[in-house]
Amino acid sequence: MNKRLKETPSQTAGPYVHIGLLPAAAGIEVEHHGISSRTNLEKGIPVIITGVVRDGAGEIVTDALLEIWQSDGDGKFHDGRKGFARCHTDYDSGEFRFETVKPGSVAWRDGSPQAPHITLLVFARGINMHLHTRIYFADETEANACDPVLNAIPDGRETLLAKPDAKSNNSYRFDVSLQGDAETVFFDI
Amino acid sequence: MASDTISDYYPRDRSWHPKGLTPAYNSSVLRSPKRALLQMPTSLSETSGPVFGHNFLSEQDSDMLSNAIVDGDPVGERIIVSGRVLDENARPQASVLIEAWQANAGGRYRHVRDGYLAPLDKNFSGYGRCVSDEQGNYTFRTLRPGPYPYANNGPAWRPAHIHLSLLGAAFAQRLVTQFYFEGDPLIKHCAIVNSVSDPAAVDRLVAKLDLENAAPFDALAYRFDIVLRGRNETPLDAGHGR
Ligand SMILES: [Fe+3]
Repeated sequence: MNKRLKETPSQTAGPYVHIGLLPAAAGIEVEHHGISSRTNLEKGIPVIITGVVRDGAGEIVTDALLEIWQSDGDGKFHDGRKGFARCHTDYDSGEFRFETVKPGSVAWRDGSPQAPHITLLVFARGINMHLHTRIYFADETEANACDPVLNAIPDGRETLLAKPDAKSNNSYRFDVSLQGDAETVFFDI
Repeated sequence: MASDTISDYYPRDRSWHPKGLTPAYNSSVLRSPKRALLQMPTSLSETSGPVFGHNFLSEQDSDMLSNAIVDGDPVGERIIVSGRVLDENARPQASVLIEAWQANAGGRYRHVRDGYLAPLDKNFSGYGRCVSDEQGNYTFRTLRPGPYPYANNGPAWRPAHIHLSLLGAAFAQRLVTQFYFEGDPLIKHCAIVNSVSDPAAVDRLVAKLDLENAAPFDALAYRFDIVLRGRNETPLDAGHGR
């Protein structure tokens, strides 16, 4: 066996994460930063995903930064930046908002289909190592029922289901709970 | 089985990384999940990731000494930070997007939410980024940030540090961290540093003085090497791994 190196340890992103990852949100103008809350995927049904992040006291976290990574509507991951997006929770309302498309089905390890899902990472002050979860879609009942990851969750799988917004087409709500009764399922993946 | 052809990323050593709940760092108390993380093997959703080419950057991006100049050089100790990005198998990691942010020499962040009384430096933004080269090398020019106070369990001070974000070839390699400066007496008092429990792991967060790389009569240098997750390369799959 080769001697493996140890990974560099994680440290919290802290409250000023915006300077480095979304400079405009810190008040810093950078030309062509090129990373936004849009995944810029073309294939697939356009969707908007909004939500808030709550802490263990139920308070809304206004300094979180979120990232998503996903396939397009055909289940294809792209080679460049398409499929990646980043946004922060609003300093006042705490709301985040991603503009993307509903992803297609991507193969699981044994080749069987996974339900459409988006990888979501959460960073914030007080989070020592980013939290990793998935956004699934509540209206994909059949696909969700066969999804190997959802089916491996002993309890709390509903926390990963984005709910269609009854009032507007193709909008979904996905709230994250860092701690508490409705605690989101987070993965070590 | 298709799983034989997936070369898995090594599971993270969660005892080496900081735990979620570290009460000495007060902010973690309400922001850490109470339930254990659910272990899951990697699939294409995590072994893929966004790719950022060198053309994504402008030349000034990695030079925080000049990228925000309004009317003169920023104030502070000029430094060059460089290092190498490897994976756990010691393979150089090319094309890793490294984004950096930091306070100015007085310990003040250029951020709408930082109200520390130390003044802003109009010639310094504290924002930089670069992409590692074919050998995994990266370099920034910047200035040494000042320590700054923050509210923890009572008033506390952060040692001088620079925040780094790394996006490698796979989302599974995602890493955000901070590095500190060799010899800083505040390191051992910092609750955020001490969220990492193994002293050998803390040492990996300390950039070392790198006199050989100093620019004569211009800038001191520090070296900070970075290791991202690597994947298990089993001999059986040698021809199949991506
Ligand atoms: Fe900081």
